Amino acid sequence: MGTMKRQRSDKAFNFTPFDLLTEEIVFIILDFLDENPLDRKSFSLVCKTFYTIESRHRRTLKPLRSEHLTTILSRYPQVTSLDLSLCPRITDSSLNVISHVYKSNLKSVDLSRSKFFSHVGISNLAMNCTNLVELDLSNATEIRDSAMAAIAEAKNLEKLWLARCKSITDIGIGCIAVGCRKLRLISLKWCLGVGDLGAGLIAVKCNDIRSFDLSYLPITNKCLPPILKLQHLEDLVLEGCFGIDDNSLTVLKQGCKSLKALDMSSCQNVSHVGLSSLTSGSGCLQQLILAYGSPVTLALADSLQNLSTLQSIKLDGCQVTCSGLKAIGNWCVSLRELSLSKCLGVSDEGLSTLVTKHKDLRKLDITCCRKITHVSIAHITNSCTSLASLKMESCILVPREAFVLIGQRCLLLEELDLTDNEIDDEGLKSISRCSKLSTLKLGICLNITEEGLSHVGLCCTKLVELDLYRSVGISDVGILAIARGCPGLEIINVAYCGKVTDHSLMSLAKCPRLNTLEIRGCPLVTSLGLTAIAVGCKQLSKLDIKKCYNINDAGMIPLAHFAQNLRQINLSYSSVTDVGLLSLASISCLQSMTILHLKGLTPSGLVAALLACGGLTKVKLQACFKSMLPQPLFEHLEARGCVFQWRDKAFQAEVDPKCWKLQLEDVQ
Amino acid sequence: MDLKNRTVAETWAKPSSSAKDLPKQLTPDHRSFTSFNNQQQKWEDTSLLDFNNGIQPPFPEFNQTSKAPQNHNSQIKGPDQEDMQSNETPDSNRFQDWDPRVMLNNLSFLEDKIHQLQDLVHLIVGRRGRVLGQPDELATQQQQLITTDLTSIIVQLISTAGSLLPSVKHTLSTANPAIGQLGQLGGVLFPPANNLNGGVPQQNSGGSKVSDQSNQIELTENCGTEQNYAAEEHEAKDDDDADEGENLAPGSYEILQLEKEEILAPHTHFCMICGKGFKRDANLRMHMRGHGDEYKTPAALAKPNKDSSEPMLLKRYSCPYAGCKRNKDHKKFQPLKTILCVKNHYKRTHCDKSYTCSRCNTKKFSVIADLKTHEKHCGKDKWLCSCGTTFSRKDKLFGHIALFQGHTPALPLDETKPSSVPSDRAENNESKLGNIGFNFSASASSGNAVQNMVDVKGAVDDPTAYFSPLNFDPCNLPGFHEFPRPSLEESDGSFSFLIPDACNYNQKTGGESGSNDLE
Repeated sequence: MGTMKRQRSDKAFNFTPFDLLTEEIVFIILDFLDENPLDRKSFSLVCKTFYTIESRHRRTLKPLRSEHLTTILSRYPQVTSLDLSLCPRITDSSLNVISHVYKSNLKSVDLSRSKFFSHVGISNLAMNCTNLVELDLSNATEIRDSAMAAIAEAKNLEKLWLARCKSITDIGIGCIAVGCRKLRLISLKWCLGVGDLGAGLIAVKCNDIRSFDLSYLPITNKCLPPILKLQHLEDLVLEGCFGIDDNSLTVLKQGCKSLKALDMSSCQNVSHVGLSSLTSGSGCLQQLILAYGSPVTLALADSLQNLSTLQSIKLDGCQVTCSGLKAIGNWCVSLRELSLSKCLGVSDEGLSTLVTKHKDLRKLDITCCRKITHVSIAHITNSCTSLASLKMESCILVPREAFVLIGQRCLLLEELDLTDNEIDDEGLKSISRCSKLSTLKLGICLNITEEGLSHVGLCCTKLVELDLYRSVGISDVGILAIARGCPGLEIINVAYCGKVTDHSLMSLAKCPRLNTLEIRGCPLVTSLGLTAIAVGCKQLSKLDIKKCYNINDAGMIPLAHFAQNLRQINLSYSSVTDVGLLSLASISCLQSMTILHLKGLTPSGLVAALLACGGLTKVKLQACFKSMLPQPLFEHLEARGCVFQWRDKAFQAEVDPKCWKLQLEDVQ
Repeated sequence: MDLKNRTVAETWAKPSSSAKDLPKQLTPDHRSFTSFNNQQQKWEDTSLLDFNNGIQPPFPEFNQTSKAPQNHNSQIKGPDQEDMQSNETPDSNRFQDWDPRVMLNNLSFLEDKIHQLQDLVHLIVGRRGRVLGQPDELATQQQQLITTDLTSIIVQLISTAGSLLPSVKHTLSTANPAIGQLGQLGGVLFPPANNLNGGVPQQNSGGSKVSDQSNQIELTENCGTEQNYAAEEHEAKDDDDADEGENLAPGSYEILQLEKEEILAPHTHFCMICGKGFKRDANLRMHMRGHGDEYKTPAALAKPNKDSSEPMLLKRYSCPYAGCKRNKDHKKFQPLKTILCVKNHYKRTHCDKSYTCSRCNTKKFSVIADLKTHEKHCGKDKWLCSCGTTFSRKDKLFGHIALFQGHTPALPLDETKPSSVPSDRAENNESKLGNIGFNFSASASSGNAVQNMVDVKGAVDDPTAYFSPLNFDPCNLPGFHEFPRPSLEESDGSFSFLIPDACNYNQKTGGESGSNDLE
């Protein structure tokens, strides 16, 4: 076919230099076009030859709409990996079509966001696609053991996700254990019907298991012996397994030798005693997650000091003692990653001792450690100069001078979260020296103004994400500096920055990669600014214009026209009416809409928009519409895969930004 | 030997152990005198503290069982009195030999104590009736008093009962001096209001928390109810192998052997007047009341053989079947404990299994109680393997599957049915998709005139106006009408839905249109 076409074009003297390239060479070029899916799309639209080449080159497919599945599948015959997470409605017949088109070519299917299929479809998939290696069935709450028995026919399956499949039991898991002997990864998170017997049998039968997720299962110690005997087990997640306790673990007296990552979060019945017996034999444990568990005391820290290869430990939400932190500081290993987020009891003394010993820290999370002061920050910046990520949201006792130290010493920072801190323009100026910075969160920093932000815009050219939520000192000048200096900006949040006007949006429109824009509660922004964004930022996928009272239908129409990649929109409290909403229907990939308190919206206008937006999966609506509209309509929309969330919140007037902060403190 | 009394003793030691085990379990307690003494100290501390300060009692468990002690009181009293009459076994605190007089002393002492306790409880009951707003501390103190007293009574009762067994005699006699000492100690330690005078009480409690005692008391209570069951013939399927461990010295018991006919006879008790047969003598006695007032006297209604003050020799039973291990002529003869054991043993081992399970029609039983037990579980929880083997328990099935290669758990038959429901529903939904009619008339353009444009129909009227159901048949796709969703190539027409004939916009189904539908 291809050659014939080429000959024809030769005859027509439409010779192009691309005809000289063999398909293989174009394939290699195409291999480099994997950063942005839109690039491939543009490529395929150049000419018919490119179109066919791209069709044959494509290996992974993420269809937007299941209605066109047949067409898409026939267009892309070489696909091995099919991601259906954007198609909420996948029926047995869809799966039947897929399995008959791709047969043994297909290696990976993601059905984690899809509904409406049953064991019949799964059975089809497993029988026809014999080379299936990966299958994600998470959130299939309806499927039962019969579907598991069907999966068991996929003998080559290596990765299986069954998170939140609440209706399956030990029997179904037993079928999988016997059928899928090559399994390397299995996730049974939230499979509440699965207990010791199922989990144990997986461990007995599937000896190649590398990763085993048993979070929130009603399991006890009985299934642990076979699991710990697994030769290759590297990643074990036992989060929230309340049935596992110290007594049972101490009896085990055996650890898993190959284990690299262990997650024991929220295991309230496991203290350092059980933990040390579980980790005793694990010679190569690298990551340990003990979030929301027993208190981090001297005993706990001492029990873990023999882990010679440990690199990362997460203690989020634990009660922490000073001696415990000091003991962690005395470990012979040098940690790369430490998370003390929301830990109670983190003091300057403990943290300082800890960070002075672990000089190699790359990631540090001290979110909501409300007791620490400039002492800790001084120690952190002094010793951990290679920090790449520092998260310190709501460290309220840290004074503004301390932030200058961060910019002076931690020059390798890539991620910095300073939400709800005292930082001012001086600090921001200093931080702008971190030229690698890609994520900067400055939400609720009331002391910063456009002056500091201008420095960031000038120096941090690699900035990808900027959060200025409720940083009310910010105005157009600062945003302009960011937009000019950071062409790679993808995410920006200027919610409730009341000074922001259309000028900011017009300057942000120059950031071609912008995909998430939150301008909630910016009353000065109008449709004009939004139009500029729609025209300039083709990749915009998430937009929040809640409480932008001056945005109306005039802003929606250009948005509908240009922002063809918009997935998610929040229109609440804006001045959009029926017409504007209906116009959004032309955005074919629109999936999520929040439509609360739209004064100009009539029930029939809403219906028209809901029916017209065929790809909707989630809609938040005012509860009053529920009674106004016919029930069959909702049934119809739900059958298409749309989920409705009803809200019955009274209309909320906006409060003064400073006043909001005070209210927040009152609540705390 | 009195059955009731024995079971109480058993429960105290260990619910399942036979009377023979009792001394073994008691002895370590006596030996570990020193450690026990420490515990005793603890016990004393807490209790004294409470008595003196009246602070929050450490035994909240007892608040719940506030009425229980009274019940125990009456319950224990029965066997105790019976003991006095029937058994004259020595406690042998000081004497090495069996002395019925000491036993009698002990028992009458116990009786006195129970009466005292009864009076106390009466007093409390009366007072409580009068003063309603009584502080809780006082009530708990009273409860503690009663509890301690009851404990001491129970302990004494057990040691008395234990001394009845011939083989126990020596162990107890050696151990008992310690008990005596302890008892004195305990008596001193407890406030005099407790009415504890040098009894054996706390020695067995081992200074353990009162909560433990409460458990044990509950056990005795349970045991009492079990006894009631024991009277019911089919409930008491005493496994005739259960007494395997009983090693009674030959000659220490009397061997009785019933004949086959006697064992299989439906009735063993017959009315002397009308000749009616009964399974139990209690039923016969109830029946006898109908024959005249002379059978209604307490004496006539009382259990026979209880009045005899002669010491009774232990009774054990032999199976009449020659060659049976339960036959007294067998080399390794194992006696059967009760008549009921004999009956069940004989029927199970030497009779036809005539009762067939009506559910599975395979399992057969000779004892009807066994059948009833089986029928309770028959058909339920059948765990099935792909090889056809069934298991009554899931863990057994999983053990089987773990052991054998290639065996898979089989889904229960009803499993496949409910699982097909989602697919059904999916189809329903699909039809629903088709059923919703949505007329996109020209009025759509005039924003406000949308009132009429929603037309939800139950029936199919105008095929072109539908939201088509998902249909993967390619030849149907060209007719796929839907609200326009202009693709990139047709961005000019993105407002085409405002044009009156927009509803007839034909979605392009060629390959090109697909390009917009994926990422």
